[in-house]
Amino acid sequence: MLSWNDILVLLPEIYLVVAICILLLLDAWLKPSQRNITHWLAIAITVVTGLLCIFGQPDGAAYAFGGMFVRDGTSEIIKIFGLLAIGLIFVFARPYLRERKLHIGEFYSLMLFAALGLMILASAGNLIVVYLGLEMLALASYTLVAMNRDSPLSSEAAIKYFVLSALASGMLLYGMSMVYGATGTLDLSQLAAAAQHVDMPNVLKFGVIFLIVGVAFELGAAPFHMWLPDVYDGSPTPITTMIASVSKLGAFALAYRLLSAFGTEGLLTDQWQLMLAVVAALSLVIGNLVAIVQTNIKRMLGYSTIAHMGFLLLGFVAARDGHGYSAAMFYAVCYALMSTAAFGVLLALSRKGFECDKISDLKGLNKRAPWMAFLMLLAMFSLAGVPPFWGFYAKVLVLQAAIDANMLWLAIVGIVMAIIGLWYYLHVIWVMYFEEPEESVELAPQKDHTLRWVLSINGLALLGVGIYGWGPLLSWCRAAIGV
Amino acid sequence: MNHWILSLLIWLPIVGAVPVLIARNSRAMRWIALAFSVATFVASLFMLPMFNADSAAMQLVEMHHWIPALDVNYALGVDGIAVALILLTTVVGPLVIIGAWEVIKDKAHQYMACMLVLEGLLIGLFATTDALLFYVFFEAILIPMFILIGVWGGPRRLYATMKFFIYTFLGSICFLIGLLYLHSISGTFDMATLAATDLTMTQQSWLFFAFLIAFAIKVPMVPVHTWLPDAHVEAPTGGSVWLAAVMLKVGTYGFLRFSLPIVPDASERFVWLMITLSLIPVVYIGYVALVQKDMKKLVAYSSVAHMAFVTLGLFIAFLLVRDAQNLDAAKLGIQGAMVQMISHGFVSGAMFSCIGVMYDRLHTREISAYGGLVKVMPWFAFFMVLFAMANCGLPGTSGFVGEFMVILASFSANPWIALVAAFTLIIGAAYTLYLIKRIIWGDVTSDKVAAMKDINFREAIVLTVFGLFVLAIGIWPEPLIHLMGASVSHLVDQIATTKV
Repeated sequence: MLSWNDILVLLPEIYLVVAICILLLLDAWLKPSQRNITHWLAIAITVVTGLLCIFGQPDGAAYAFGGMFVRDGTSEIIKIFGLLAIGLIFVFARPYLRERKLHIGEFYSLMLFAALGLMILASAGNLIVVYLGLEMLALASYTLVAMNRDSPLSSEAAIKYFVLSALASGMLLYGMSMVYGATGTLDLSQLAAAAQHVDMPNVLKFGVIFLIVGVAFELGAAPFHMWLPDVYDGSPTPITTMIASVSKLGAFALAYRLLSAFGTEGLLTDQWQLMLAVVAALSLVIGNLVAIVQTNIKRMLGYSTIAHMGFLLLGFVAARDGHGYSAAMFYAVCYALMSTAAFGVLLALSRKGFECDKISDLKGLNKRAPWMAFLMLLAMFSLAGVPPFWGFYAKVLVLQAAIDANMLWLAIVGIVMAIIGLWYYLHVIWVMYFEEPEESVELAPQKDHTLRWVLSINGLALLGVGIYGWGPLLSWCRAAIGV
Repeated sequence: MNHWILSLLIWLPIVGAVPVLIARNSRAMRWIALAFSVATFVASLFMLPMFNADSAAMQLVEMHHWIPALDVNYALGVDGIAVALILLTTVVGPLVIIGAWEVIKDKAHQYMACMLVLEGLLIGLFATTDALLFYVFFEAILIPMFILIGVWGGPRRLYATMKFFIYTFLGSICFLIGLLYLHSISGTFDMATLAATDLTMTQQSWLFFAFLIAFAIKVPMVPVHTWLPDAHVEAPTGGSVWLAAVMLKVGTYGFLRFSLPIVPDASERFVWLMITLSLIPVVYIGYVALVQKDMKKLVAYSSVAHMAFVTLGLFIAFLLVRDAQNLDAAKLGIQGAMVQMISHGFVSGAMFSCIGVMYDRLHTREISAYGGLVKVMPWFAFFMVLFAMANCGLPGTSGFVGEFMVILASFSANPWIALVAAFTLIIGAAYTLYLIKRIIWGDVTSDKVAAMKDINFREAIVLTVFGLFVLAIGIWPEPLIHLMGASVSHLVDQIATTKV
């Protein structure tokens, strides 16, 4: 039975569903020239949902539907930052979409559905709900990738994403069924206890392997990363931003919900951690090395995502006492907002008939648009992990977790790869600052004031959080994980 | 009680970068930049009477919790060593801004802002007592320097600036791993607590090499010095001055704050490695400097040789304390190293300013393009020869004091070390005088040289200030030595105590 308590716990999600339906209906009656109403309404919905998440948050964890749905600190952080990223993308994307005749109501409803998927995934207390949330996020994403239907590149990316992602979901589901078969429970909170005495441990291990494959695919970690650069490259830039921020938060939530369910001790945990250690090391190496030779900045950032997911996994690998999880969460949040800033600059620079997606397009940006160049510089230094930027502290925390967990070799792989990775981030800065602009390329940022202000705040936040805000954020993440 | 003067020193120039960037008028912008850097200098003078040089304790302490979860604090405090280096920084700050006054025309706002930010970050580095905060400053310095070389540098600036950044980043990230490892042992980033933490020999050895890689690259020591000549050659004058005058000291300051007090036993174990690495450049790099055709490269190599004296002075103390029990000589060595750091800051800063003066007129750094400058630029020749003499270590100039003290200390440890070290007085004189002979003396080589104008008022101010400091430290080094005396004694005590 649906109780009053269930409704209260689910209030943000329920509100979001209702609001999306209304938005979808309303948009059908609006003329294309009135699309701005949809835009502002969508932003308002995002903000209200975020406020509902913050103010309705219970002190500890609250459960609905007999533990199927959990509302705890972790879910709160993921939801808030996921919604924040969605809101930022709405602001950044409007001029871009309008100039490409892609400014359609479906964009907003699908983005909000993706946010809903993320929220359900983040709050999942049951394997079925995990799958439900994941698919909701993924289905919205496939459609969004294919949004520019006249572009063959976009369609190709969508098909690739859909087919590979369906395969990965299949594996994940298969893994879940094995875990269920071995333990007899779908409830994540009982999994750890049930896994202690299993009749068929090999079935359980097998199941966990499939879960790891699913998680690695969603994160885009090597060797399951093949889809990622193509999708980054092929999607319209706002969608790329969404995949780089919201989907990555979703992937973190997936990994956290599934893997932490097995507890922090025991043979099984040792085994999945070792598997993830290999995945992390591979991602760090492949992501950073391949990114160096990219000429397309979206692809470059795609490979850099792979590398960042390697760093994020360091937190999982080292999750002996929960400090690793909080470090990984910190990393996920940080990465999401670094991506929105970096892609936000690309969105602001793209004009009608000019797609700012090659690194050489940024040549001499400091001469043409010094402020945009500066914001990009902030994003690049933060992604590279140079202090005092936010990204540096994210790296420090996962490395520290790895060292505390006696995974010094993995930390050293991370360090070496961070140095190699430095090259391609610096390359962007060098192109912007040290080279002369090309005559043929017209580099003038969008005049949209909301975009400029919000993007500036997003960019400066990378510095501001690095100077002051990372302490409170870290405490928040730790409190959420319960360390 | 929290003092605020150190925070003021750090943030004044950094905040000053904002009005400099947004000022419409480039003339007003220059005056704003100068005003902020002079204000920082004045503030650093106000710091002096507040500081008690007879105490080795960290003074003017300011402490705010930054990240309680990791026990990271915004903790500032200075001892005599830090005060001396902060003063060096605040003196150099206005000078580079005056030096770049009309010279930088392209994106001058950003150039001046870079200068101010760099100054603030360097002061922060010397003023902090928290290891993680130190690391943040240590790395953040790279950013303005990277941009300085990359935007206003010479023709091979891309190569030089990327090499500079990646080289130093490599070093500092090893340092970071070391710090995190220390944190996992001791649970704190407070440098004084770290210095008191017991560590086994194995732990110390690992940490020693993590620190060594980081600071050796920054100093730079042979064989990881190759980024320095490239960076110097391509950097604009202001960048070169910062690099030589203050940034190289960051490396030796790191040794002094981390390697010496935190891992003393490992430092003693590898003391011969350090002494060898310090003696090689004294001889070898001297010869390399002798054959350079580019003035900036020559001075850059001479910096490597001079900085080797600093590391020699720091590590010779281990031979003296642990083997010979000679605490006074150890103190002498470290004090010599400190004086050498400050002196080299002024001398090399002045040398690069002189080269900047010549470069602004003829736009080449080739030694062969110049000749007979004494006939066309007598005032300039006066300053250039003065700084060259200081660079050779002539008594009466600051260059002599530090080198003499280090050689004296190494003599008490081992006369052979002193003998090799004393070689520098010959080789240093050889390459410096050879440079002077080709540039200043002789006949005027070309019409272009004959058309060169003598230094103007602006350049004269810069060179005079440098000159006064060089002579002051050379003639009466006592105040400087007294300023650092108590802190150096404290450091020697830390070296003498084993932690195993």
